[in-house]
Amino acid sequence: MLKSMYEWLDKRIDITPMWRDVADHEVPEHVNPAHHFSAFIYCFGGLTFFIVVIQILSGMFLTMYYVPDIENAWKSVHYLQNEIAFGQIVRGMHHWGASVSIVMLFLHTLRVFFTGSYKHPREFNWVIGMLLFFVMLGLGFTGYLLPWDNKAYFATKVGIEIAASVPIIGDAAASFLQGGEVVGAQTLARFFALHVFFLPGILLALLGAHFFLIRKQGISGPL
Amino acid sequence: MAHNHDGKDKEVHYVGDSRVPQNKKKLYPKDYSEYPGNTEPFFPNFLLKEWMVAVVVLVGFLALVMAEEPPLGEQADPTNTGFLPVPDWYFLFLYQLLKFKWASGPFVVVGTVIVPGIAFTALLLAPWLDRSKERRPFKRPVATSLMLISLVAIAILTWEAEDEHEKQLASLPKGSSEEDVKIVDQNDPAYEIYKNQACVNCHGEQLEGITGPPLKGIGDAYSAEQIQHIMDTGKGQMPAGMFQGTPEEKRKLAEWLTKQKTGKPKSTEH
Ligand code: HEC
Ligand code: HEM
Repeated sequence: MLKSMYEWLDKRIDITPMWRDVADHEVPEHVNPAHHFSAFIYCFGGLTFFIVVIQILSGMFLTMYYVPDIENAWKSVHYLQNEIAFGQIVRGMHHWGASVSIVMLFLHTLRVFFTGSYKHPREFNWVIGMLLFFVMLGLGFTGYLLPWDNKAYFATKVGIEIAASVPIIGDAAASFLQGGEVVGAQTLARFFALHVFFLPGILLALLGAHFFLIRKQGISGPL
Repeated sequence: MAHNHDGKDKEVHYVGDSRVPQNKKKLYPKDYSEYPGNTEPFFPNFLLKEWMVAVVVLVGFLALVMAEEPPLGEQADPTNTGFLPVPDWYFLFLYQLLKFKWASGPFVVVGTVIVPGIAFTALLLAPWLDRSKERRPFKRPVATSLMLISLVAIAILTWEAEDEHEKQLASLPKGSSEEDVKIVDQNDPAYEIYKNQACVNCHGEQLEGITGPPLKGIGDAYSAEQIQHIMDTGKGQMPAGMFQGTPEEKRKLAEWLTKQKTGKPKSTEH
């Protein structure tokens, strides 16, 4: 049944080469943790992606309850955490996942750095990787405000003050982040939009480029 | 019907009316025997092994999620002046950088732009700064040692920031200013001692705090010995030697102050 459905589609739109191209490429021995235990360092990129997927899924569930306005933001998180079945687990996954993804990202970057994998011909993918790094830090910074507790509020306030102290672009950057006269309703709405739409969009686009290049160039050879 | 490479009939040949040329060469994977060593296909063989690693990580991660409740403090109160701000842990090293004398005040650009700017630009441009063909870390000592030094610096700065924050938290006044916390046992003779001392001028008749912080609920945080110690040596803005009287009275006052309990579970938020 499934097979004949697949064949029906394949006859018309020839999908076999598309996924075969992704699935069938060879993975060399030196990155395979089943052959060399030390090859686990090559898993950090995949693990970062795995945690990113967890972040996206748990985040999607969080937005089913989260309300991005200063009256209700904290209350909605409080409600989610204390009244909803598994609410604490979903929020916990997103909260701790943020830290774990930074750790994995860090380890992946160090693996690429210490194995010299950023060298010719992979310079461009390293740059894309650094952009991914900044986007992830941006996600961390904007997400930190959303629960709207004292910790969130004052950390963001200080963060924006630090941004404002930068010469030349500081004032523009700070008013872009803050949105209004004080850290308040507009800041929260803006951080929510950045955290949920803009930054994940950029992240996925960059990830697409990252993976496309890895597929094109193959993984770097053994040391 | 066009025949494609695996001999099956496909209707896909779009000739004439399509962007896809009929004889377009496609990327067909090489035969497995053309690769040396223990290579294997990405899907499903290799991905299954990587999934094994992911499962180990997932179990650890879910254990963490179930063991540790994600923290949620009190609702944000912009008028709260005593709150100690702290960023998430992975920003701490940047935050701590701004506490050096040469990276704060008039030199704050050093901490906000120059040092992080140089570090991140160097990282971004690493492939062009380190152009040799050599990939092994021991064969490129400059890149490797710069990275190791940065890692040590980040670790030290993070640890310092955390340590300083803990210390600041510990020295924050612990009394409660909330309405529903009341002064305890006002008929105790020690209250008379309190009122006749300088304490009342700063901490208030109902322990509500005037220029000094409230002392309501102070018994949750300090023992009698610690309070006597504060009376003798002062604390922060509080001068030393504020108590004028007999040691016996001092002991009674301290013991009465330890009776000031909020009767609430201790708030851990700061
Ligand atoms: C000149 C005003 C002043 C007087 C007089 C004074 N205090 Fe204080 N007291 C303070 C201030 C200000 C603090 C906050 C110190 C800090 O933590 O920065 C304080 C802190 C304290 C604390 C610690 C509170 C905490 O939560 O950490 C105790 C206990 C205390 N005072 C007891 C007393 C007693 C008992 C007396 C009378 C013998 C007294 N004080 C007299 C100003 C005063
Ligand atoms: C969300 C963040 C990221 C994800 C999900 C991700 C994912 C991956 C994956 C799955 C690989 C395949 C090899 C491996 O797993 O190690 C890889 C390779 C690579 N990554 Fe990333 N990455 C991310 C961020 C970064 C960052 C921050 C950098 C560096 C600045 C970077 C640079 C590279 C380079 C240069 C390669 C090729 C390595 C080689 O061929 O040996 N990536 N990435």
